[in-house]
Amino acid sequence: MRIAVCVKQIPDPAAPYDLDPATNFVARPDDQVLDDTDRYGVEVALQLAEEVGEEATVTLVSMSPSGTLQGIRQALAMGADRAVIIDDEALRGADALTTARALAAAIKEDGFDLVIAGTESTDGYAGVMPQQLAELLDVPSLSFARKVEKDDTKLRIERQTQAGYNVVEAPLPALLTVTSGVVEPRYPNFKGIMQAKKKPVEMKTCADLGVEPVTQQVIQSVEPIAARQAGEIVEDEGEGYLKIVEKLEELKVI
Amino acid sequence: MTTWVFCEELDGTPSASSLELLTKARTWGDVEVFSVGAGSDDTFAALGAHGASKIYHLDPADQLAAPVAAAAMAELIGTAAPDIVIFGVGNTERDVAGRLSARLGSPVLSNAVEIDPGGDQVTVTNEILGGTTRVVTAATASPVIVVTRPKAFPAEPTAGGTPEVVSVSLPDIGHAGAAIVLERHIEESEGPDLEAAAIVISGGRGMGGGEEKWEPVTKLANLLGGAVGATRAVVDAGWVPYSLQVGQTGKTVKPDVYIACGISGAMQHLVGMKDSSTIIAINKDADAPIFSVSDLGIVGDVHKVMPALISALEAR
Repeated sequence: MRIAVCVKQIPDPAAPYDLDPATNFVARPDDQVLDDTDRYGVEVALQLAEEVGEEATVTLVSMSPSGTLQGIRQALAMGADRAVIIDDEALRGADALTTARALAAAIKEDGFDLVIAGTESTDGYAGVMPQQLAELLDVPSLSFARKVEKDDTKLRIERQTQAGYNVVEAPLPALLTVTSGVVEPRYPNFKGIMQAKKKPVEMKTCADLGVEPVTQQVIQSVEPIAARQAGEIVEDEGEGYLKIVEKLEELKVI
Repeated sequence: MTTWVFCEELDGTPSASSLELLTKARTWGDVEVFSVGAGSDDTFAALGAHGASKIYHLDPADQLAAPVAAAAMAELIGTAAPDIVIFGVGNTERDVAGRLSARLGSPVLSNAVEIDPGGDQVTVTNEILGGTTRVVTAATASPVIVVTRPKAFPAEPTAGGTPEVVSVSLPDIGHAGAAIVLERHIEESEGPDLEAAAIVISGGRGMGGGEEKWEPVTKLANLLGGAVGATRAVVDAGWVPYSLQVGQTGKTVKPDVYIACGISGAMQHLVGMKDSSTIIAINKDADAPIFSVSDLGIVGDVHKVMPALISALEAR
């Protein structure tokens, strides 16, 4: 079974994000981290591969300025076999549909039985790329999975809904998107981190994949939203709760 | 100008987002609805009362809705030629919007808080980077596909007529349509409605796992007559039902008072609650981003501050 996992390198969410004033794109430092929500997809892929046995492969597929590949190495250190990276200057600021087209071309070229992705990225959070990808690959999608089970030819999931969850089943090849409740991702061990440095990483360009970026949306203006003023911050030394009581009284809640 | 609004019918009622989007879109022209579900008269009537002139109805039965809905919509869009197609932000909505976008080769403008049909070009306003930056984007594709933030527009009925209902037959899309829904489960949540509550008490990962550690959140909500909310980490971990999630991928709340307990304030959460009138936060990390939007921040252990607060309130 060939499993492709879509992963994304993003600027460290702990640091404030900036837009490049010249392009209005998110400024991306050389050192980017693995989007935390992608660790769940990688873990599901590794578990499914372990279940299937030796003939299973886990390939990371990513479209991003590669930089130092720090984020990709994090996912390789968890146990993925190899990575395919699409890095092309022409893809800077690409929208979700362009991203899906590039990933679809790379995944098709590589061959797949299952594609796994998170439900949305932490930095862009448009939340539509995985389904665009499923449509371009012409496969069924099992989305918003909080539990995944596999039998010989089918995947069965618990799919999050507004009201609860549904049990949904689809035959392979298919695309799966996972929430962060699906599994507990493993932490890379020392051996994994050492091995990750030697695992193959293939670099692709738009020309290699026959993808032409199209721009169908134009940013007209970007402006900061007046930030809320931070109010009073109190260090709790046993009396912090009284501040809340006072506030609730002031607001006439109590 | 013709606008399409997507509706997912749940339990015989239209999705809340569909009524909000109808209310907005009818201000600039004719609005038609593409509705997915069993197809109840109540749903059609509610859509009509909010301004739908025509309803295309597809019943996917046990097939997962998104692939067949997107295929049927793409086919109809060829002749009906709407200028804008608008979706709410639910899971099915996002799935259909993504698939439709790929089918039509038209990008999705996500997280919209404002839509302006303009003269010759549609513009969409969204808030990025956790709601700190406002971006106006002009779309050049046709139709323009938009996914909006919940509660971006209030729903109000109008003196609408009875909409024409067109039954759409289920397209055969082969393997892509092979996902089947085997079981449907509803998880009940107790207490006041999260989206309508004047007071919301939300808990995050900092509450710690397990029923006992979550209890102060429920207790405080009961004492203040508020609703319980949670972060994505908490609902994903299964501590509380998904329907209690506040944030980018959950609900948007604007209560009078929002009390954030053990919540660091990730962008994805802030988007869903930053417009609350008063925000009170309790978190052990003084550098947590939640404090930058709080009117009152207590830097401390939730499991010390909350029991003390609960006792004080109980003693009143």
